[in-house]
Amino acid sequence: MRLAGKGLIDRSTPVTFTFDGRSYQGYRGDTLASALLANDVRLVGRSFKYHRPRGILTAGSEEPNAMVEILEGNQQTPNVRATVQEVFDGLQARSQNRFPSLKFDLLGINNLAAPFLSAGFYYKTFMWPRPFWEKLYEPLIRRAAGLGSLSGRHDEAQYEKAWAFCDLLVIGSGPAGLMAAWTAAQAGADVILAEEDARMGGRLVSDNLRVDGQPGADWVEALLDDLKAMPNVRLMPRTTVTGAYDDGTYGALERVGLHRAPAPHLPRECFWRIVAGQTVLAAGALERPIAFPDNDRPGIMLASALRSYLHRYGVVPGNRITLIANNDAARATARDLMAAGVKVVAILDTRPDATALEDCPVYLNAQITGTAGHLGLTAITFRHAGGTATLETDCLAMSGGWNPTVHLTCHMNGRPLWREDIAAFIPAEGAVPRLTPAGACNGTFSTAGAFRDGLAAAHTALAALGRPAPDMALPMAEDAPYTITPFWQTPGVEGRQWLDFANDVTTKDVKLSAQENFRSVEHMKRYTTQGMAPDQGKNSNVAALAVLADATGRGIPQTGTTTFRPPFVPTSIAAMGAGGRGAGFAPQRFLTSDQASRDRGAPMIEAGLWYRPSYFPKPGEKTWLEACNREVTMVRESVGVSDVSTLGKIDIQGRDAARFLDLVYTNTFSTLPVGRVRYGLMLREDGHVLDDGTTARLAEHRYLMTTTTAAAGLVMRHLDFVHQAFCADWDVRFLSVTEAWAQFAIAGPRARDLLATLLGAAPDLPFMGVTDVSLGSTPARLFRISFSGEEGYELAVPTRYGEALFRDLVARAETMGGGPYGMEALNVLRIEKGFITHAEIHGRTTAFDIGMEKMVSAKKDCIGKAAAARPGMIGPDREQLVGLRASSAMTAGAHLFTPGDKVHRETDQGYITSVCWSPTLSAHLALAFVKDGRARHGTRIRVVDHLRKIDVLAEITDPVFHDKEGAKLRA
Amino acid sequence: MRYSGLKVITEGLFGNKGWKPAWRDPAPKAEYDAIIIGGGGHGLSTAYYLAKNHGLTNIAVLEKGYLGSGNIGRNTTIVRANYFLQGNSEFYSHSMKLWEGLEIDLNYNVMHSQRGLINLFHSDGQRDAFVRRGNSMINQGDDAILLDREGVREMLPYLDFEQTRFPIYGGLYHPRGGTARHDAVAWGYARAADKRGVDLIQNCEVTGVDIENGRVTGVQTTRGAIKARKVGIVVAGRSSQVAAMAGMRLPIESHILQAFVTEGLKPVIDHVVSFGMGHFYISQSDKGGLVFGGDLDFYASYASRGNLPMVEHVMEAGMTLMPMIGRAKVLRSWGGIMDMSPDGSPIIDKTHVDGLFIDCGWNYGGFKAVPASGWCMAHLMATGESHPVAARFKLNRFATGHILDEEGTGSQHNLH
Amino acid sequence: MRLTCPLCGERDRREFYYYGSEDYLNRPAPDAAPQAWDDYLHNRDNPAGVTRDLWYHDMGCSSWLVVTRNTVTHDILAVEAVADRKGGAA
Repeated sequence: MRLAGKGLIDRSTPVTFTFDGRSYQGYRGDTLASALLANDVRLVGRSFKYHRPRGILTAGSEEPNAMVEILEGNQQTPNVRATVQEVFDGLQARSQNRFPSLKFDLLGINNLAAPFLSAGFYYKTFMWPRPFWEKLYEPLIRRAAGLGSLSGRHDEAQYEKAWAFCDLLVIGSGPAGLMAAWTAAQAGADVILAEEDARMGGRLVSDNLRVDGQPGADWVEALLDDLKAMPNVRLMPRTTVTGAYDDGTYGALERVGLHRAPAPHLPRECFWRIVAGQTVLAAGALERPIAFPDNDRPGIMLASALRSYLHRYGVVPGNRITLIANNDAARATARDLMAAGVKVVAILDTRPDATALEDCPVYLNAQITGTAGHLGLTAITFRHAGGTATLETDCLAMSGGWNPTVHLTCHMNGRPLWREDIAAFIPAEGAVPRLTPAGACNGTFSTAGAFRDGLAAAHTALAALGRPAPDMALPMAEDAPYTITPFWQTPGVEGRQWLDFANDVTTKDVKLSAQENFRSVEHMKRYTTQGMAPDQGKNSNVAALAVLADATGRGIPQTGTTTFRPPFVPTSIAAMGAGGRGAGFAPQRFLTSDQASRDRGAPMIEAGLWYRPSYFPKPGEKTWLEACNREVTMVRESVGVSDVSTLGKIDIQGRDAARFLDLVYTNTFSTLPVGRVRYGLMLREDGHVLDDGTTARLAEHRYLMTTTTAAAGLVMRHLDFVHQAFCADWDVRFLSVTEAWAQFAIAGPRARDLLATLLGAAPDLPFMGVTDVSLGSTPARLFRISFSGEEGYELAVPTRYGEALFRDLVARAETMGGGPYGMEALNVLRIEKGFITHAEIHGRTTAFDIGMEKMVSAKKDCIGKAAAARPGMIGPDREQLVGLRASSAMTAGAHLFTPGDKVHRETDQGYITSVCWSPTLSAHLALAFVKDGRARHGTRIRVVDHLRKIDVLAEITDPVFHDKEGAKLRA
Repeated sequence: MRYSGLKVITEGLFGNKGWKPAWRDPAPKAEYDAIIIGGGGHGLSTAYYLAKNHGLTNIAVLEKGYLGSGNIGRNTTIVRANYFLQGNSEFYSHSMKLWEGLEIDLNYNVMHSQRGLINLFHSDGQRDAFVRRGNSMINQGDDAILLDREGVREMLPYLDFEQTRFPIYGGLYHPRGGTARHDAVAWGYARAADKRGVDLIQNCEVTGVDIENGRVTGVQTTRGAIKARKVGIVVAGRSSQVAAMAGMRLPIESHILQAFVTEGLKPVIDHVVSFGMGHFYISQSDKGGLVFGGDLDFYASYASRGNLPMVEHVMEAGMTLMPMIGRAKVLRSWGGIMDMSPDGSPIIDKTHVDGLFIDCGWNYGGFKAVPASGWCMAHLMATGESHPVAARFKLNRFATGHILDEEGTGSQHNLH
Repeated sequence: MRLTCPLCGERDRREFYYYGSEDYLNRPAPDAAPQAWDDYLHNRDNPAGVTRDLWYHDMGCSSWLVVTRNTVTHDILAVEAVADRKGGAA
């Protein structure tokens, strides 16, 4: 019911929304919860396990019951707290975890079966017969469990991530946070004030409080106006700080667009990484429920929530309200209600010694023994100092005391400390470096105390930041002491008393866990699932601890606590993963020839982060293989052009460059003449092959190293390490120039002719030579190297000329019966020639395995040489690189067996790494690793690929199939 | 007390008053035949199989915190037998067989759910590597099926097949792969070991290992000295510290691995799905939470907590692969401390001290290994010989170069 | 986590690549005993407490850094460039 004239909602802006298909009206400034309560809707959800009818317990993000699905178009967001979701015109909400309807839920039958569904019951049954677990029991359990549903459709909405830096981050904008932010702002510090709620002010806008003689909300408005005007202050409403991480880094979730209708380019949420010099935690406190039989009915809520609905939203959630508390909260709430003209049935004070003087009946030493009302509270039964009684009531507000919001201070493993006088945990000092807790989250519960704490925390932060503290006057506010006599549960009654509403954990479950010797608090949590629900125990942890302590005869501090971990509130994967959708997950690297290749219809495939052309189809070619075969033959018989710019290129200079290369390569580069290129093999320090490639000596003290595409970054890092760690005093410097040069392979018997047309004269370059050339006025480099086995050149030009050169080379090639070739043909060409790639040097291979042990120079040290000599790294037990030739297709990944052997792990002789159909040799070829393979050339081996049903015989050969002598290379 | 459906009903009818403690809380004796240091999954299963397979019942498990307080309760619960290398293949295969009879053996429902694991691949090269692995699995007698893109789409229609950064080429489907309820594994082994007379001693931290003339004689603990002629160190996450008490310097570096769970959701992911290009793996628990994880935070740490860079990376991987999970909200994140070995494979071996054995180096694959690790460690402790399926998990294999590096990433502890 | 690179200043962890213990700096002589190489490549003190390890400013200046830090609290105590340390020459 809405009260006239009360609340901070915007009554000039009514909005219409739906819940379970029915239309309701609220106002701007309402949450879904306040608007539903204003429309007298009490039943909002169903519980997790027993499917009990549930209403609204709280007025904040800790809400365990009132979770709904928000619908928009064909998308839906599950498990949205009605207490956080703001209403807007067109908002559609739906209840969840019920079938067929919220009022009549078939799985409500679980409630009747509750005696058999006690804590951990599932560990004790469903074991027999075994196949029934996956087939029957588990599917039933899975369907019954869970809360809301995902749509199953891609989330196409916008999300963002952002960074922010500040001197001081203030978390929470209640009296402590406002005071801290204001003080630091006056001192000139760069301040971020983050507030979870849409409206700043904390309890100042939810309670009937006065500051400096004004209503709290007015005082807050005035201060916020001042803060907004300061350039060094950023106010971040609707922003929940979700986690405390190392070195002043905080995660924070801003609900950017969730309070209004979706609009193009409006992100739903933004995940902030805030880096703060200092932090003041002013996150307030959460009120605790009290356990008594059937304390979970719709209509039963926290006293502080009831006051929020009353003062902030002008809503009373019942006509006949009763209160129960173990502290003074019920009294203030009752007075507020009566002042607003609402009927207060009674105050039940669990304390025996409190005053009974109020304007409504007060029962002392009161303990609720039962409640009634199927879909909403109708009555309570209780015992008290003077006997027992039953009262008709439709709303019961409870206060079991307050828990400081210590969560963020636990994210770095800080253990909160128990304070007996307030029967609650407070943050341990220094739990998070550079963070000072203040106000209610530090156990200071009065408004004046919060102001004092906020000021002191600001002083601490400013001192650490090296800024003088300004002279600030403390606002005047109530300073009432907080007194509490702990009362956790009604003793000696039957019936279920809920602790964890969201996971349906009752005091009986906690006691059963103790009975079964799950006495550690972590065991209790994990056995009963208390604290593992969407509210992560915010509403139940301390009470559950108290019940466990009682059941095990220990005190609460001895029982200990479980650990709060990030995030403070559930945070969407989409927000934390913003930017990762689609291609955003990783950078894309494009060749200068990319468009030219696409223009020719080449399918582009991923090569690491790069995209390279797979093949260049010609009209009439129906399969990739036809195109590939043509391209291979074209290179072997005429000339082909291929973009090889993805290979890593490192420019190495200095008087010690040669010496440095001798250290990182297994073979020697100091003896390489200027103008020549050499193939080099590089090991990891653990003796396995790291990479291979060619390195050219451009001048006496200058080399250009080529790495494989895959290992370009790895090799650069490796060189930096070797240099800085082992020979920092050597005169050598290097730089990656991969992206500075576009480089094209020109391969085939007519490669020289092609270059002659381009350069004006045929290049006179020996095999493994390098020279500077110019293309018009453009400087270029020409290498005579080959990855195809044909006479081959690689021509490099500054990147900006890459596309033009590629188009030009291809056009020239085509006039000679040649053309471009793609990755598929490149792969066939190199297999025919027995050249290896990372398919072969996959991290487990040694120089010995690939037959290159002779390339490990005996005359000098090199990285990896010592480890490569370990006994397990050499010898006939190792699998060695061989070629395989067969008359039918083989597959990469097939395993190899000696013909006649049983096919089994123990008889496994090796595996295939690369395969192709060789149009040159008209045979199926493969590269493979075979145990003692070099001694088995000429023998037959059985190729088995179970996955693709291949079982063929092949001949083991030398890995070089084509032009073994290299006559074509050197032509 | 034997658990059964009937027992749940009869107890329910009588107010659940009759349930007995799952295990005793014995005081430590002055001497045992064997001591297991570490009451996690591996330690408890070692104790259980020592008692069951080898008849050793005068044994104690010493746990510094509560039973199952380590990585057994901080993982993503994946159970699989899909290794490539000899040495690993037979071991995980053996473990899988033990998993398949675990509920009946332990009389405890560990909710082992063989819902199938799909490893996605995103290039020809990755496919070849997975085929190589899948053939190893079949050669070992396990199961593997190669799915093409359409095959994956049929099973996992919710993946982003159109826009994702690394297109889905196909997947290696391992039907017997799946999940289990992690805590229940620890509790099931604990209860079954206790029933066979094993003393499970909690809040008992080992502070020293007693060695005389090269032979172990017992341990010092926060609850006094305890003698034993055989001691097993089974404390992954703290291996270096406990081994140091016996003068050992292990080939291990400790790293943080974070994991995540969302709020409960109605069934939406029916398998275990693993992304091949971003270290992201996910399944949905029986309670409805999406359970997922990624790679290490990559710096040595004992903090049991991680930082945002990896959190965000994991979420981004999820968004590129299966953007339908975008609106699921992460409820909790946590970190386990991983014993990272230089080749990514574990160690189950004798040490230089007679009677002292070690089981460590599980990297981040320890959960699925719990049954076989205990089985083989028990075998080693009882007989003094390595079990055949764990024969390659030698402590000195790094010195000799007999490396078991599935990933081929080399002797850098955090790369496995 | 944030590291203060001696050249670039305070930067987020994601700019850096982690390698491992500073043990990797103490490369044995080529003819050292196998045990020395095993210790160098594999065996680690792996302390729960203060350690010194190697980081690379991958997304920055390419400096290799020795970071002194606590593996339990994640406190960063010192950062210095590998190339600047004494006795760095091979």
